[in-house]
Amino acid sequence: MTTRSIPRPGERGIGRLLDADVAGLLLLFVVVVAVFGAAADNFLTGSTFASIAFQLPELGLLSLAMLMPIISGGFNLAITFTANLSGLAMAGILHAGGGESAGVLFILLGIAAALATGAVVGWAMGAIIATTGAHPILVSLSTMIFVRGLGEFLTRGGDISGTPQAVQAIGQGTLLGIPAPLIVFAAAVLVWHVLMSRTRLGFATRMIGSNLEATRYSGVPTRRSLTLVYTLSGLMCGLAGIVMLARFNSVRVGHGEAYLLITVLACFLGRVDPFGGFGRVLPVAIALVILQVIASGLNLLGANQHLATALWGGFLLVIMIARSVWAGRSLHRMIGRR
Amino acid sequence: MADPAEPGETIGLLELEHVSKQFGGVHALDDVRFDILPGEVLCLAGENGCGKSTLIKIISGVHQPEPGAVMRFAGQPMGTMTPGAARALGIQVIWQDLALFPEMSVAENIGFERNLGARPRPVNRTAMRGAAQKILDRLGVRLPLDAPLRTLPIAQRQIVAIARALVGEARIVFMDEPTASLSQAETDALLAIVRRLSAERIAVVFVSHRLAEVLDVCSRVTVLRDGKLVGTFPTAGMTQTRLTELMTGKSFDYAVGQRDLAAARPVLTVENLSRRGEYEDISLTIRAGEIVGVTGRLGSGRTEFALSLFGMTQPDRGTIMLDGKRVRFGSNRAAIRAGVAYVSEDRLQLGLVQPQSITDNTVIAVLDRLLGPKPLISGGKRDALVDDWIRDLGVKIGRKEDAVSTLSGGNQQRIVLAKWLATTPRLLVLDSPTVGVDVGARAGIFAIVRRLAEQGLAILLISDEIPEVYFNADRVLHMRDGRIVGEYRPAATAIDAIEEAVHA
Repeated sequence: MTTRSIPRPGERGIGRLLDADVAGLLLLFVVVVAVFGAAADNFLTGSTFASIAFQLPELGLLSLAMLMPIISGGFNLAITFTANLSGLAMAGILHAGGGESAGVLFILLGIAAALATGAVVGWAMGAIIATTGAHPILVSLSTMIFVRGLGEFLTRGGDISGTPQAVQAIGQGTLLGIPAPLIVFAAAVLVWHVLMSRTRLGFATRMIGSNLEATRYSGVPTRRSLTLVYTLSGLMCGLAGIVMLARFNSVRVGHGEAYLLITVLACFLGRVDPFGGFGRVLPVAIALVILQVIASGLNLLGANQHLATALWGGFLLVIMIARSVWAGRSLHRMIGRR
Repeated sequence: MADPAEPGETIGLLELEHVSKQFGGVHALDDVRFDILPGEVLCLAGENGCGKSTLIKIISGVHQPEPGAVMRFAGQPMGTMTPGAARALGIQVIWQDLALFPEMSVAENIGFERNLGARPRPVNRTAMRGAAQKILDRLGVRLPLDAPLRTLPIAQRQIVAIARALVGEARIVFMDEPTASLSQAETDALLAIVRRLSAERIAVVFVSHRLAEVLDVCSRVTVLRDGKLVGTFPTAGMTQTRLTELMTGKSFDYAVGQRDLAAARPVLTVENLSRRGEYEDISLTIRAGEIVGVTGRLGSGRTEFALSLFGMTQPDRGTIMLDGKRVRFGSNRAAIRAGVAYVSEDRLQLGLVQPQSITDNTVIAVLDRLLGPKPLISGGKRDALVDDWIRDLGVKIGRKEDAVSTLSGGNQQRIVLAKWLATTPRLLVLDSPTVGVDVGARAGIFAIVRRLAEQGLAILLISDEIPEVYFNADRVLHMRDGRIVGEYRPAATAIDAIEEAVHA
């Protein structure tokens, strides 16, 4: 065998993005859209697109927050409540600044507070995981309980509502016809993609996910990297908190709680290795779109609310089975996988 | 080992002829002949991929040979074999991973097969313990029967695996690399057990990379190369060098180092270095271009000393000087920055991030140098670096994107070397660099090591294989119980003298 120097198709530029993972998910996306398009005549319309575009970003941002910890071989179970607490921090500052009439300064302060809250919660979690070596599930679960309790104490179980028009625009407005939250999400995906594929931190995250000790022996600052992974995860929760506050014009502890496991699902559907070490941002983003299309499609078909949930779960099972069959056939994809 | 076959005995225990096996058009075995006498200890030797495992799998019924094979057990044709049929004949295989149950007790592991069955039935613990004890007595060892297996050191687990094989009235036991992770003392204990089995007329087939022990314990050695039988040879009169040549088909010229490096500048100077419970009062100097070997049994403190040089642990007392400047490493990152590289003895767990790609494993220690526009890693710089090292060290790979675990041991170790050489070290610490590396590939690794020394790198070579340090190092230090107890110049010492001192 010799070292090949000629780039093969799929190694460079756009070809690299359109590899087997991405292509497979795009195919699945087309199939899903076609199925619902055939089943409901009002599916392929602008209003469906709009509803997906407004609902996707919350789940999407939380999934991005889940992505890095999973690739590092861990979990962040505190994402939804961290987002709530961040939203709460922002809402509190807006409230102090006059609620619906709060000025630009308070809005900026509020955004900064939300991001800072998320980052601090994430940092604390990451520092504990990195220095004690305690299992991320335990640490993040404890953090979740702490953050949730703190939030409920601060709000006395109620909600804080009333934000200025400018804030609501983040969640409900459009820019050049594109829903604002979708723009926020797309930007976050792009940043995360570059972070994971091109930076030292992204590299370290994958290596730590496969073997922390071997990575440490190679001179990679594993503690600092792990702490940073959870800090960024928290920061992304902060962003999700802002978008959620803006979309509902209110914040309540427990909002979006059901998203937690769906973010895990989105990561796995997007071919992130549940045991860490492997995973990329773009396939997860596509997986998210597919999940949202299925949810919206079932909604549109007029399925009973509870039945829709069951159908959604069934659909996911079918996808998982199809995926494993497909993966088993494609030898190329097995290489580098455990 | 005395000849175990009784005079006049002609019926072999196991006789195979014309055994071939193809996998997808590749000849894993090509017309191989194999035979073993009752109670004989025979070595099956050859490099990775030579067909040893395939042969064992055919004998134990895992694979079927191609039509035309003749297989006889105690003179009777074997017919179509299955793993169950092989066990019924008394053919037992102890694979390198042992296939034991870490959470179960010693007695449960030994009695495992007795409790197999489709229908649930109560386990008779007393009988199981009794049977396990009887077998351990036969082997002449004492083990805690009720202790969970995971609490036992690897050497004792090996004995549990042997005991389990004996439960099934074994007549022939295959041992795949049984001594790979054992110290010399543990190896000696295992070899004593092998001799006991032989005395009970149980044949043992030994697969091992450690040629010295092969020649010590076996009466004959069957050598395979590329799926073909090279031949079966008596071990009397066989040398390690000759055996290596038979296995690889190449001849190596061994010569001890004769270089005079007294005038070269010292790169590493260690004075009175101690760390409680690990090593005591270590002083040594390594000059530019010098290879200093450290040998000694497992637990002699050699790896612990190396880890302190690499900044993973901090010494309690003493000084480390690098290029004349005193250094104190708070972490291995500080050591790497100062120019120390450490090739771990545990390549699987510490040396490489096994599931990740060849590329990523090569560049993991030098990411800082691959930044294009900060803070992004430049794919071009990364690929250029990887290509350079793969070419320079002659690594045989498929694709750079493949997991490093897909490579052979020798090629993996070259990637480890590439990773560290990319950091442009001044001191290279090699801790047992040939563990799990084929005999043929070892020569390649040491050719690289000697070339690096000629380029001026200071090298500390740790190994419990005395010939390795003897033939590659300029000086050999002997460590025992955390101290340096002897220093030898291979050019002025016979290898036997060092071996006697170390194994004494």
